[in-house]
Formats: sequence, C-alpha cells, structure tokens
Amino acid sequence: MSREYETVIGLEVHVELATKTKIFCGCSTAFGAAPNTQTCPVCTGMPGSLPVLNRQVLEYAIAVGLATNCDITRYAKFDRKNYFYPDNPQNYQISQLYLPICRNGGVEIETADGGTKTVGIHEIHMEEDAGKLIHDEWEDCSLVDYNRSGVPLIEIVSEPDMRSAEEVIAYLEKLRLVIQYLGASDCKLQEGSMRADVNLSVRETGAKEFGTRTEMKNLNSFKAITRAIEGERERQIDLLEAGESVVQETRRWDDGKGESYAMRSKEDAQDYRYFPDPDLPPIRVSEEMLAQIRAKQPEFRGEKRKRYKEEFGIPDYDIEIITGEKPLADLFEATVALGSQPKKVSNWLMGETLRLMKERETDASDLRFSPENLAKLIALTDQKAINSSVAKEVFEVMFEENIDPEAYVEEKGLKTVNDEGALKKVIEEVIAANPQSVEDYRNGKEKAIGFLVGQTMKAMKGKADPGAVNQMLREMLS
Amino acid sequence: MNITDMTAVQLSAAIKEGKTTAVEAVEAVLARIEEEDKKYNCYVTVDREGAVAQAKKVQAQIEAGTLQGPLAGVPVALKDNLCTEGLLTTCSSKILYNFVPTYTAEAVKNLTRAGAVILGKTNMDEFAMGSTTETSAYGPTRNPRNPEHVPGGSSGGSAAAVAAGECIYAIGSDTGGSIRQPASYCGVVGMKPTYGTVSRYGLIAYGSSLDQIGPLTKDVTDCAAVLEALSSHDERDSTSIARDDTDFTSALTEDVEGLRIGIPNDYLGEGLDAEVKEAVLRAAEVLEKKGALVERFDLSLVDYAIPAYYTIAAAEASSNLERFDGIKYGYRAKEYAGLHNMYKKSRSEGFGEEVKRRIMLGSFVLSSGYYDAYYLKALKVKALIKKAFDEAFAKYDIILGPVAPTTAPKLGESLTDPIQMYLGDIYTIAVNLAGLPGISIPCGQDGKGLPIGLQMIGDCFQEKKLIRAAYTYEQGAV
Repeated sequence: MSREYETVIGLEVHVELATKTKIFCGCSTAFGAAPNTQTCPVCTGMPGSLPVLNRQVLEYAIAVGLATNCDITRYAKFDRKNYFYPDNPQNYQISQLYLPICRNGGVEIETADGGTKTVGIHEIHMEEDAGKLIHDEWEDCSLVDYNRSGVPLIEIVSEPDMRSAEEVIAYLEKLRLVIQYLGASDCKLQEGSMRADVNLSVRETGAKEFGTRTEMKNLNSFKAITRAIEGERERQIDLLEAGESVVQETRRWDDGKGESYAMRSKEDAQDYRYFPDPDLPPIRVSEEMLAQIRAKQPEFRGEKRKRYKEEFGIPDYDIEIITGEKPLADLFEATVALGSQPKKVSNWLMGETLRLMKERETDASDLRFSPENLAKLIALTDQKAINSSVAKEVFEVMFEENIDPEAYVEEKGLKTVNDEGALKKVIEEVIAANPQSVEDYRNGKEKAIGFLVGQTMKAMKGKADPGAVNQMLREMLS
Repeated sequence: MNITDMTAVQLSAAIKEGKTTAVEAVEAVLARIEEEDKKYNCYVTVDREGAVAQAKKVQAQIEAGTLQGPLAGVPVALKDNLCTEGLLTTCSSKILYNFVPTYTAEAVKNLTRAGAVILGKTNMDEFAMGSTTETSAYGPTRNPRNPEHVPGGSSGGSAAAVAAGECIYAIGSDTGGSIRQPASYCGVVGMKPTYGTVSRYGLIAYGSSLDQIGPLTKDVTDCAAVLEALSSHDERDSTSIARDDTDFTSALTEDVEGLRIGIPNDYLGEGLDAEVKEAVLRAAEVLEKKGALVERFDLSLVDYAIPAYYTIAAAEASSNLERFDGIKYGYRAKEYAGLHNMYKKSRSEGFGEEVKRRIMLGSFVLSSGYYDAYYLKALKVKALIKKAFDEAFAKYDIILGPVAPTTAPKLGESLTDPIQMYLGDIYTIAVNLAGLPGISIPCGQDGKGLPIGLQMIGDCFQEKKLIRAAYTYEQGAV
C-alpha cells in the first residue's frame, strides 16, 4: 500500500426500549412467548385500528437525549415510512423523519492515545419494530410472528466522527452504559436489544471530502463489529488501489465467513414516501415534562466513580469494574445499604461473581442473586458461622438459584461447629493419629501445622473455622 | 302503524309503549329489505339471524327497564367500512371479499350500548372513493327516489336504505362529503360532525385526517339522537376529542332568532344548477322569516379546496391501503411468482379502477422530489382554508349553501370523467379540510322529482347551532 488511508465511520444504533407494553398498543413486550400471542388489531395492522403513543417511550427517548446532550424537539411528529414487507403488517413503519425527538447531541469517548473526543449525535428518533419472519424450509413457506411488531425502538444516528473500530466500540460502550443507567434498555447486542449498523468510508489521509460510504448490517457482537470494520476498510482500500470505485450500497456481514456481501445498491433504494402520520397528533414536550424527566435522571458513571471513591473507599480498579455494568453497581449499592462492609461486597463481586459470570457466560443483567442474600452471606462469614470455603460453595448455589444462604446453611448443616469441647476432642484424635507431624511441628517445622489443620477440617467435614482450629492446635501442642 | 315509515325516535317510543316490539320492528324492516333490495342494492350483507337475535335481547332489556333512550330497539344499517366483529366487512372491495373483523368499531359499540339492532352492512363506493356508489365491487346502488339515478356516495347504500325504508336510520362516513351528498341526493338528513367527535377506531380509513363517522336519518330529531349516541371520547383514537357538549338532542328547539347566517357568493356561482340554487335561497328565506339574519359574503379559496383535498386524501389513502396486500386476510391472486409478484397481482386484481387511480395519485404526491411541491403545498392550502373559515365564523354562526351543484346524476354518467366527478365535491370538501361540522337536509326537489339538499356548516364544536337551525327549517318547511 503506497498511500495512507483514514477510515470514517458513523453508526446507526437501534435500541429496544424496556417498556412493559408496545409503542402504540397495550400488548406485552415480553420476549419468548408463543408466536402471535402478544398481538392485537393495532400491532397486526388490522383495518380500522389506530395507534396511541405509549408515554413511557417518549420519556425514555427524551431521557436518552438529555443524557447524550441532545436538544429536545419541543414539537415533534411521527411519520410513516412506506414499504412492503410481510413482517410489517401495515406495510408502513411509524417512525420519525422530519421532526425527530432529539437532535444535535454528542458523547465523549476515550481514545487510544489516552485523550478524549466527542462523537456527535445527529438525531435520536422513536419508531416501532417489525414482526419476525420464520422461513419453514420443510414446508417451503414463510410464517410471521407479530409478537415483536410494535416493540418500541429508538434509533441513535451518530455523526461520521469515528475513525477506528476502537472508537466505535468505545462509543457503543458509552451508549450502552448511559442507556442501562437510565433503565431504558438492557442493550444486549447478542439478543438484538441493541443493534448497530456501520456506515463506513475511507479517504486518503488529509483529504477534505468524504469517500463513498457503505452501510453494514447484521453485526451481533463487538467482535463482529470490529471484524466487519476491518474487513470493510480493507475491501474499500483494495478497490481504490485497484483504480476502481466504492459503490454506495448496503452490505450484510457474515461473521461465520468473515466477509460481507452486497444486499442492495443505492439505485435499488426505495422511495419510502415519508409523510406525517395523520393518526398521531404532534407531540408537544412541555417545560414541566422536561423538568420531570431531568429530575428523574439517575447518577451516571462519572458521578458514581467519584462517589464510590469518597464514600466507600474501595480500590479504583474495583470501581471501574463495578460501575462498568449497571446491574453490578445496583447490586453493590443495595448490598452496602443493607449494612455490609463495602470492601467485602466489592470482593464478592470482583472475585466469585466475575469468575462465575465468565465461566457460565452470564450477563450482568442476568445475575439472579439478591442483595439481601449476598448481605446475609457476608454476615454469616463475619460471624464466623461458616468459613470461607463453605461460603464460596454457598455462593455458587446462590449464583444459580438465589437461595437464602441462612436457610441453606442450616438445612445442609454447614455451620461451623463452635462447640469447643467437640472440636478439642477431634483435635486430640488428629494429634494422636499423626505423631510424625506433631514431632515435625515441635521441631520447628511451621508447615506441619497446616497439615494438622487440614486433617482437623477434614474430620470436621469443613464445618470449623480454620483460624480457630489453628489456634487451638498451637495451644494444645505447646 | 307502518314501522318502516317511522323515525327512530317514534319507533323506540312505540316499542317502549308496548305498541310494537324490537323483534316486530326488525322483522318488518327485514321484510322490506327482502322486498326492495333487489331493486336498489343498498346492502352488501344483511345479517338476518344476528339482527333478530339482537332484537330479542334488546326487547328483554327494554322490558326489564335496563335499556332506555331514543334508539333502544331500533334497527340500523352500517356502512360497510365500519368493523363489526364476526360480520363480513368489505368496504365494497373485492380485496376484502372475505374479511371478517375480530373486533367492533367504537362508534358501533356506542350504538349497541344505546340499544341499536344491526341489520347489516351497506354498499358504498369502494373504500369510500367516489361520489355515486358505482365504484363498489358489488354493483351500484340505485336511488330509491328514481332508480335510474345514483344515490350519491360514498355512503350511497346508507342514504338509499334510509330513503327506501330498508332501515330506520343508517351510519355513514364523510371524508369529502360522503354523508352529506348522498343524503342530499336521496332526500334524507345527513351530518358530518366536528373532526374528533366520533371515534374512528374501527373505521377502515380512507383519508385519516378527514374521515368522520356520522348519521343518515329521516329527520333532524333522529340526526341529533343518533349523533348523541355515536359521540364519545375514545382513548384508542389519538384524534378523538373529549367534549362535554354532546347532548345534541337538547338543541332540538325552534329558534333561530338573531342567528347570523352567511351565504358565500362562491357557493352560488358557475356550475350550480339553477333549480338547486333557487331551492337553497328559498330555504334561506324560510330561516330569515323565522328571525335569522341572512347575508351574502365572499369566502375565499374555494377553488383551491378540490386540488388540496384530492392531494391530501389520496396521499393518506395510498398509505392507509398498503395493508391490503393478500398476506394476512382478503384477496390473494391465485397464481404468482414470488413475494413481489404476489403483492402486485393481488392488489391489481383486488382493487377497482378508482381506488387504483387514487393510490397512484397519492403515491405520486408523496414521492421524493414531489412531496414539497404537492403534499406540503396542499397542507398549506388546508391551513389557509381553515383560516378563511375562522374569519367567516367571526361574522356568522352558520354558513349556508347547496350540498352539491346538481341533483343526482343518472347511473353511468359520472365515472367516465373523474375530474368532473371530483368537481362535484366543491361545496362539501372544504368542511372536511377545516374539520368543521356540516349538515345536509332536504329542501325541495327539482323538475324531475329528484331531491335537493341544503347544507349548513358550523364552526368547530357548533353542532348544536346546526341542529337548531336545521330543526327550525324542518318545522317551517313542512
């Protein structure tokens, strides 16, 4: 490669909002129900049905807009985007084109050189999701499930401000955190509650004009996004180096094959014949409404980091990890609020929780154990009612099933035996059975005491406090 | 006592007094349908069993004293664009030849709550597009006053059924005059209320921002009673308005003393049939004699109403009718090659000429590059027309004029020249563009014995003034 190229990237991010009901009707948005069981005349586009805006959707969209420094449109409208496809029961999607709810925002991201930059947000608009087509190859037919039809989405359209895959990931992470903190969505790429389309072009470094861009779809993980960006950058540079030109088109990424293929070119682009939806009156955002939403904005990550440092005194590294996932931060704060010592809570989250999450491939938002149970577990160890290895064992069950550790320990008989007489008796037996180790200890071999503690714990079936055993052994051997 | 000649208010009184029953009433009307409908073709569907069963239920409620009101036990005919659960609803289109809704329109529910007995569904211009009821896929309806002539449209089946005694009253919808014009042609009373007064939920949309449901009745008293029953604030229709002044029967008083009536010179100009003009001016004199203050004035922009209307209505229709695609219900072409071809063939075969013409017109005015020049401009004209009416209503309580330039044309005369047909809407469509209420009442007949209609237009929410003036005229004209 003789010339230097710069990559220019803009993103269109779709986020499924965490409302209980759909955007224009009262149907449930719950995931995983039997096909077409969460539908009504509105979300199946039956003749004569009419949409009514779910106010929560508007509030979430405004909250995301405020958190990303957007101007909130005080007189916004919904428009119809007309296109025929069977997953779209009305053959138009209700979206926003002319007067989207948020515009002119931006978020700050950290760059590879340790600095920061702002990625501009062109607009955020509200729209409805489509149903899902299922192709039955056995029967050679297609079926459609309208459960997802009408699930609320916001689309966040960035400016072409990103220059690398790292910046794209940083931007997406930033959005994900902000939206999670707002409770507006769980933002899971794998499950499709956050979807990103990448608009990418290349130009010679220093050039003023943008190159011709392509749009990449079907990116289901940060890894896929990174790979797709690198692949597309190379593909475009190869074309230019070969004296050819980039065609403006939509491409689909095949992560299995590690390559993309063209879906449709600009020439095939449909005319969506957008126009204001006459069934939905314009949205007027009042000063009171804005003030109410502003007042409800949560503490975001930056503020949390600061507060954790001041209030809880836990290490910076712990703060980074815990505030990096809203569910972890919530768990942490709730457990501390129940009286547990912050560092101990942090240790459980940083240690066993992260280990099990990694091992079981669990998302932070899918953590099952409650702060109450974590607090109880910490209390049990504080009281030395169980020792640390028993605690880990109990925690693992809690991680799976959110059991009550007190009841569980009681039921399984895992409590440390605090009966000194009983313990003394067992130690006497261990001493008698291991004369060699006893002699070694007495000859100054410190290690031998560890072996004796282990033997005692074994005889106690783990239900003893190793510290207490250690101390008692030393006393009895002295 | 001839039941089929009675008004709704008379009939319900007779039922309450025990002179007849709801069952006798429905059977009398069904017998009339059996006898006459071959001649006029007012109905697409007659629900004999359902009507008799409902009549029995209603009669029991009347006897138990749980159902009162002026519509209890009275048989009604519904335009075939109102969704009725379990009862075929075709919009007089082949594309909905087998469509049985899963829910009932809110306005129809309101009638049922008032004790209405639904006879069936009346013929109309396909998807309410037309002024003669000749664009129906199920054959034209004929005017009971002279079967050589059309009944008007699009609610022609409803107007003709009232005129022929094939129902006691009927429900229609009015997008550009579709209640008032057929009422005028058939010699009955028809009213389009203020936009937002009657819920559109369950009305299969033509032009969503213009459509309103309203009554077609034998006299003004019934008109007030039916409109009172139809009106409600419906949370499922975002354009529905909460009103506390829908006790329309309270306006049935003979009193126009000091009422300011303006007659637009623009409504008496070129194209207006001399006999129609004379009848309308005579009607104005009747009101003047009763104490109204009548004067002529210039209402500007009348000439722009037709192009603005056909642009907006066609644009909305082109999108509203996209859902009729052969996928979920309705007509699907027998043979097709792939999805796109299935859409194309199903829609080409399923829609009639006039509907296709308006879909094409609407798609054109919304297409990229033309949106500003046509659709946006039409919206601006709409706003100016509203302003012109606002200025007129600063001076007048009521605007009076003809409903249509001529009496009912002969069958087959209108369809050959669509532009001429569109021009026939000149006096009615501005009312829809401005969202105003308008009433059509009989004011004589021409030399051929065809009825002439008088139109009165009120400011938004001023239905009571219209009812009062219409009632006063009706009393004086007899």
